[in-house]
Amino acid sequence: MKKLLTKKNLAALLLIIAIYALLFACDHLGVFNRQSKALLVPIGINIMLAVSLSLLVGFLGELSLGHAGFMSVGAYAGCMFTIHMDLPMAVELPLAMLLGGVVAAVFGFLIGIPALRLKGDYLAIVTLAFGEIIRSVLNNLGLVGGSGGLNGIPKYSNYTIVYVMMVITIIVIANLVHSRHGRAICSIRDNVIASEAMGIPVVYYKLMAFVAAAFFAGIAGVLYGHNLGILKPSTFDFNKSIEILVMVVMGGMGSLPGAVIAAIIITVLPEALRGLSDYRMLIYAVVLIAMMLLNNNARFNSFKQRLFSKRAARQGAQLTKEGE
Amino acid sequence: MALLEVKNLGISFGGLRAVDGFNVNIEKGALYGLIGPNGAGKTTVFNMLTGVYQPTVGSFSLDGENLTGKSTLEIAHKGIARTFQNIRLFGKMTVQDNVKVGLHNHVKYGLASGIFRLPGYFRDEKYLDERAKELLDVFGLYGERDYLASNLPYGKQRKLEIARALATGPKLLLLDEPAAGMNPNETGELMETIHFVRDTFDMTILLIEHDMKLVSGICEEITVLNFGQMLAQGKPSEVLNDPKVIVAYLGE
Ligand SMILES: Nc1ncnc2c1ncn2[C@@H]1O[C@H](COP(=O)(O)OP(=O)(O)OP(=O)(O)O)[C@@H](O)[C@H]1O
Ligand SMILES: [Mg+2]
Repeated sequence: MKKLLTKKNLAALLLIIAIYALLFACDHLGVFNRQSKALLVPIGINIMLAVSLSLLVGFLGELSLGHAGFMSVGAYAGCMFTIHMDLPMAVELPLAMLLGGVVAAVFGFLIGIPALRLKGDYLAIVTLAFGEIIRSVLNNLGLVGGSGGLNGIPKYSNYTIVYVMMVITIIVIANLVHSRHGRAICSIRDNVIASEAMGIPVVYYKLMAFVAAAFFAGIAGVLYGHNLGILKPSTFDFNKSIEILVMVVMGGMGSLPGAVIAAIIITVLPEALRGLSDYRMLIYAVVLIAMMLLNNNARFNSFKQRLFSKRAARQGAQLTKEGE
Repeated sequence: MALLEVKNLGISFGGLRAVDGFNVNIEKGALYGLIGPNGAGKTTVFNMLTGVYQPTVGSFSLDGENLTGKSTLEIAHKGIARTFQNIRLFGKMTVQDNVKVGLHNHVKYGLASGIFRLPGYFRDEKYLDERAKELLDVFGLYGERDYLASNLPYGKQRKLEIARALATGPKLLLLDEPAAGMNPNETGELMETIHFVRDTFDMTILLIEHDMKLVSGICEEITVLNFGQMLAQGKPSEVLNDPKVIVAYLGE
């Protein structure tokens, strides 16, 4: 218990509470207009998606183009559950999230199996195909509303629930990454042959990463469905997967804070630029390119490291000294 | 019984017999050298002993247990660790984390302990940090523990690879040209470190080296490979005076 009460953890806790307090205050003082309030839930959901995909792309080093697929199976499973159950929300929603997460995790496991044999581009194609297959199955499955969509989902999601789930997702994935399990996952990314030769069970950790990433994508999907009240297969297309991937890449591969910030920017940007109608996509693209360039800038990266880690700062200072 | 017993090991790539009829017995605690000109098949022997390649013929055993046909992972768990001729560090991880990956199987805390930061996590991570410090100190790398492995200078990367292999707690350590790319000073220092490692960790070491002088300096016994065949085997002083070996290295 004492070890959990470090300065760093307390600071993080304070930050988590402060951000929520700020949101709560802004909401009740009428600072948000309707559009900006409507963005809060999607921001949280996108952060969950970006952080979970980051585990695969940034830490395991496998390019996955099917994250929207995991999101959709979770969403449909969870929303079917609440539609057909008649329980109070406080029971129904957590169960729906659990169900959605587990169903998505099962798919994560199944997609993880080819990932054991395939590398790089080939795996990317498999994940892409997975996303598209799921979408066309949902499109044709009358049971879940087909292409017309699944209607009548209770609108349980609100920014408080999403905020809590987002914080849990970030903490779980950050803790995972900074444990022996996370080190094993990163070692696979950096050199799979050496990883195996050091006694890391590569098969186990690849599957673990896929299962965990899919699990949280599934929960994000459940929250998504309970926010809109309707699910359409067409939302979970290739573009959605790419959008999540862009968040991870923009945030700087293997950086969770980066993924969070990128998810916020990429969710808000299109809305913020709505007024500019014609120039919207142009500016959007320019911002994306600027973020990418910034991420490849050594000086910005060392600044970012200094911001997030004291130990890295020491190293950065030393490296600059050596450079002189 | 020798720690490592290799019997008639051989492998072909298509028509090429890269290694043929390789035999060696390495006693516990030995510092054994494997030398030979470029393309002789030295690295291929390491790849077979670590399950990266499956031998076409022959067998090998560690501590009396036959490991022929086992996977890289199984062999690692049985206690053979190695370094690579073309360095294979975990480049985007810190120096300390590279060693902690090597130590992975020394602690057992589960997924839940890691995610929920249960007491086991703190206890085991503390232990890992201490072990990593010990190992990094041996190679003079502790000061650079927070550097990314890929940012280390070449010579230190080679040392880190040895530290990481040692971290797995092997019975047998295979070093593939540990001194490649180092200057004579660094090489001398590294050889001392290897001696030190053998003595303090009670390790058995099989090492590949190009430089015959260097090998004869530290190895008690050597095997010379040439075109996949064993040319000579024995004490360095005898082997290096063998006319066949001189011809292989210097030409007729
Ligand atoms: N995977 C492979 N496929 C085909 N041929 C291979 C393969 N691996 C090694 N060889 C061949 O086997 C022979 C021995 O190679 P090896 O790398 O073992 O030599 P080496 O003794 O380690 O040489 P060096 O001193 O240059 O490291 C070479 O002719 C090489 O081309
Ligand atoms: Mg070689």
